[in-house]
Amino acid sequence: MDKPVNNRAWLLVLPVLLLVAFSAILPLMTVVNYSVQDTFGGNQFFWAGLDWFEEVIHSDRIRAALGRQILFSAIILAIEIPLGIFVALNMPKKGIWASFCLVLMALPLLIPWNVVGTIWQVFGRVDIGLLGFTLRKLGISYNYVNDAIDAWITVVVMDVWHWTSLVALLCYAGLQSIPDAYYQAARIDQASRWKVFRYIELPKMQGVLLIAVLLRFMDSFMIYTEPFVVTGGGPGNATTFLSIDLVKMAVGQFDLGPAAAFSLIYFLVILLISFVFYTVMTREKEDS
Amino acid sequence: MAAVAESKGRGAALVMVLYLLFLMLPIYWLLNMSLKTNAEILGTFSLWPKNPTLANYRTILTDPSWYMGYVNSLIYVVMNTVISITVALPAAYAFSRYRFMGDKHLFFWLLTNRMAPAAVFALPFFQLYSSIGLFDTHIAVALAHCLFNVPLAVWILEGFMSGVPREIDETAYIDGYSFPRFFVKIFMPLIASGIGVAAFFCFMFSWVELLLSRTLTSVNAKPIAATMTRTVSASGLDWGVLAAAGMLTIIPGALVIWFVRNYIAKGFALGRV
Repeated sequence: MDKPVNNRAWLLVLPVLLLVAFSAILPLMTVVNYSVQDTFGGNQFFWAGLDWFEEVIHSDRIRAALGRQILFSAIILAIEIPLGIFVALNMPKKGIWASFCLVLMALPLLIPWNVVGTIWQVFGRVDIGLLGFTLRKLGISYNYVNDAIDAWITVVVMDVWHWTSLVALLCYAGLQSIPDAYYQAARIDQASRWKVFRYIELPKMQGVLLIAVLLRFMDSFMIYTEPFVVTGGGPGNATTFLSIDLVKMAVGQFDLGPAAAFSLIYFLVILLISFVFYTVMTREKEDS
Repeated sequence: MAAVAESKGRGAALVMVLYLLFLMLPIYWLLNMSLKTNAEILGTFSLWPKNPTLANYRTILTDPSWYMGYVNSLIYVVMNTVISITVALPAAYAFSRYRFMGDKHLFFWLLTNRMAPAAVFALPFFQLYSSIGLFDTHIAVALAHCLFNVPLAVWILEGFMSGVPREIDETAYIDGYSFPRFFVKIFMPLIASGIGVAAFFCFMFSWVELLLSRTLTSVNAKPIAATMTRTVSASGLDWGVLAAAGMLTIIPGALVIWFVRNYIAKGFALGRV
């Protein structure tokens, strides 16, 4: 596809450019500014060079948060991607029942994030929550407030509840694009269910799966509201992920310098992953 | 096809029933709680309300400090949606139809803003909007949410626009249409469903976001989501009202979801499915 070159198109992009520059570049410059300076109160700032960056890179606290974050994202992907594919394969293909499934599955995606947290906070409570109460009746000790493992399980199950449908919906969209002729050919060849999946469905889902993996990775990597509402980052620091730690540092303790340096490093990681994402997205387009 | 349909059959139905049950149970539990009194919630454990009451909903809908939360949220969400779509339409057209200096870099840069962690921007936003006197106003939250909604709208609209053949533009120009007239009269009706989907996603992402909207407001523009968190920490025990408030935040999404059900995947994938 050859698009005509026309630099006047810049005029059409200008409003977006100004708006996003105002809400992205300006705040980002503030962050850069803080990351290289130190203050002893008032409005007096001193040049601090790269000290904050060194401090952040060598900080045990941030390393621990990063470790938890990577573990969390890895667990999320390991559960949600296979489960999402599995659900998509079992979804009805068309008709009112398919629409019904689509609507119910999308429902958790549209709930405000703190309400998602509230729902699971209530659901898991041992005194008034269905899940916590049932587990206690079954004789399983479960308390997400005091026990780190239980808190982790709750946060992971919550995320699976919240976002698996996204993976399933994307895969479903990929499956819908497979012509019936492929299945007919497979039937003539007497291909097994596994072979149909491995050689017809999986290759056709490859594109959407990549998008699903990247989206889930990015969003789980920045997760803040849901675990914050359920566990507040605890017990101790057990569920303090990167964003929660960052907000604690910047707003709670007002350690602007380290928080800013931390932000910039965080942002660079995101930038790197965005680049992979962009390459995938635009390559898909050229293929089709 | 028949073989696949057969192999689906009962097993598939069972999987779907179990999965949907897993999705609906926690929501049902919230609904269940919202229809009980606090005494019943804490006193007896029951799977459905024994004496269903709408008292919790009445509390919210008659107390301004509660229902103004919904009004505030709706105001900034609508403002954000209008701003995002208005600026995104021409930009998406430019990206879908022309090549220009730095277009690829710009498109990528927009994406990075969609991916940016809100936590990084919370404090700078607070300082920025305080210094220009917009702290605790609806427009501040609306502008802050443009950070991720404008890129989202541009990407989704670009996806839909690229599906419209360029011959239509050219024919219109030959027929003597000016660009603005062509855009409004001919092009926008063609991508009406795309505009609807983009608007829905802007609405949704602005509605579900809490970190920025909470940081940028204190009283006058406080969103319902933040009102809820305050109640949890302050009184701590008013579970019935909390549940009712939660149920009410689910309604806007539930109402419009039917219309966009076939585009949900496309919207989440930024118009690229």
